[in-house]
Amino acid sequence: MKRFIGFIRKEFYHIFRDRRSLFILFGMPIAQILLFGFAITNEINNVNIAILDHSKDTSTLEIINKISNSKYFSIKQIISREAEIESVFQKGKIKAVLNFEKDFGRNLIKKKSAQIQIITDATDPNTANSITNYINAILQNYLQEKNKSIQLDYQIIPQTRMVYNQELKSVFLFVPGVMTIILMLVSAMMTSISITREKELGTMEILLVSPLKPFQVIIGKVVPYIFLSIINAAVIVLLSIFIFKMPVEGSLILLGAESVLFIITSLALGILISTISDTQQSAMMISLMGLMLPVILLSGFIFPISSMPAPLQVISNIIPAKWFIIIIKGIMLKGVGLAFVWKETLILIGMTVFFIAVSVKKYKIRLD
Amino acid sequence: MKNENVIEVENLTKAFGAFKAVNAISFEVKKGEIFGFLGANGAGKTTAIKMLIGISHPTSGKAKVVDFDVYTQPEAIKRNIGYMSQRFALYDDLTVQENINFFGGIYGLSRKAIRQKSKDSLVELGMHEISSKLVGSLPLGWKQKLSFSVALLHEPKIVFLDEPTGGVDPITRRQFWEMIYKAADQGTTIFVTTHYMDEAEYCDRVSIMVEGKIEALDTPKNLKQQFKVASMNEVFLKLARNIE
Ligand SMILES: Nc1ncnc2c1ncn2[C@@H]1O[C@H](COP(=O)(O)OP(=O)(O)OP(=O)(O)O)[C@@H](O)[C@H]1O
Ligand SMILES: [Mg+2]
Repeated sequence: MKRFIGFIRKEFYHIFRDRRSLFILFGMPIAQILLFGFAITNEINNVNIAILDHSKDTSTLEIINKISNSKYFSIKQIISREAEIESVFQKGKIKAVLNFEKDFGRNLIKKKSAQIQIITDATDPNTANSITNYINAILQNYLQEKNKSIQLDYQIIPQTRMVYNQELKSVFLFVPGVMTIILMLVSAMMTSISITREKELGTMEILLVSPLKPFQVIIGKVVPYIFLSIINAAVIVLLSIFIFKMPVEGSLILLGAESVLFIITSLALGILISTISDTQQSAMMISLMGLMLPVILLSGFIFPISSMPAPLQVISNIIPAKWFIIIIKGIMLKGVGLAFVWKETLILIGMTVFFIAVSVKKYKIRLD
Repeated sequence: MKNENVIEVENLTKAFGAFKAVNAISFEVKKGEIFGFLGANGAGKTTAIKMLIGISHPTSGKAKVVDFDVYTQPEAIKRNIGYMSQRFALYDDLTVQENINFFGGIYGLSRKAIRQKSKDSLVELGMHEISSKLVGSLPLGWKQKLSFSVALLHEPKIVFLDEPTGGVDPITRRQFWEMIYKAADQGTTIFVTTHYMDEAEYCDRVSIMVEGKIEALDTPKNLKQQFKVASMNEVFLKLARNIE
């Protein structure tokens, strides 16, 4: 144990005496937070929606047909009661619910005005906004055709409502993504660099000649980064709560536990990278290209997974960050409990075990 | 170990694919001896050392170090040896004292023992005044000497030095060899590789390795007689020519 503390102390010396480490540890999070400011607009494609039709007349049918014929939406569910809306959203597949008022068709003809409610899941505010705009466009289009054919002036009054994250603060959307990236950077990239550094300098050999076992060396190298990652995660969450006034709807304990799980997944990845690279440079390149890029592009952090081409959607499944983002979005923005994210959690655990097993195997080979 | 051999090697071989970097070498090293392990670049010295210190598995052959088998007891070997690698391997971003504390620590030395030992060796090295300087700021010769002291911290029975004086000025080399003699006097066995043939003269016995094989092994005096030359350098040149 005493050996271990000495080892960890040494690791902290390395970190605090290296400008690059310090920058990645403390500068990157700040740089990332600046990203918050940028609004990113997205095209939408085949978004799953549900219909709640209280009227079931020819006009609602025509509108529903028009929507389902567009390439932007696919109608996945028909519900019959308001009470079902909440549960539909919690499952996470459905991004919007269209709620036609009672006597929609009759009101349209008699009062020349009918109401429809567009309820969107604003956990992802960019997408929610786009969905609303696209549906509005389809409704306008429908009215134009109608008005042309019977020379009358009807209108449909769409009423929009966003559930979860009602103010559409995109910061809230970015927090889970930024947190994921930072945890990944600190855990995977920094550990892989710090392990390959010892290889490059030749000190790894000295450590392996000492009575320390290889796994003790690795654990010693990894522990400081667990600490730092937890601190980073906590800082991000606290910043979001106190500066951006983000409500964390779910359990902080669950959020913490899931974050630790993801940190361990990333560390395992970092160790794996260090077993296949001999220089810090290559460890960094592999981390950036092999981890950061997919996280940014494919995890659903910036581009909604549902609007990616099918092959990329499939690939996105092997990215641990995707599952972590689903989990923490659920916990932070929807307030769901483990009952709703156990599947994603199991997937992360499975990936972690797999990465650790592969690195242990690789490590043995490398020590030939 | 009646004959007091601390290293016994028989037909030890390491192959990388079809290439035999170390080709069936056999030798013994006696306790307290300064054993010179010579050879040109790429002769296989480092590869042989790595097998002896338990970080590389031999392809075939036998080797015992401090009475422990390299195949089955590498952990026991590691506790009983010191190693100074060919590449300078202390931490540049740690101070002299921090390096000593760290390496003493991973060998399980108590804090008190580390304090005592580091004081002694720093005084001996004349480095007690710069113990809080970063190692990276020291000249190479000082680093090498510090590295040697660190390898001796846990009082190993054998210390393996892989080209400890590479790139160091003659005066520092001389001082380095004084340190080696002192350690040997205290009963530590020294296994040292070098390029410098003048250093070979300082060894009790030397082996000369050429392309993975040991081509000569005796005291410097006997080798010079055998090859009828005046210096180890000539022994070496003659041997290399014969092989060609
Ligand atoms: N991991 C490896 N894979 C393949 N070949 C290797 C490996 N390690 C060493 N070699 C080769 O084995 C030979 C012996 O190398 P080694 O490092 O043991 O020589 P050396 O005597 O220590 O040389 P030097 O004086 O340059 O340190 C060299 O030809 C080297 O290229
Ligand atoms: Mg060598």
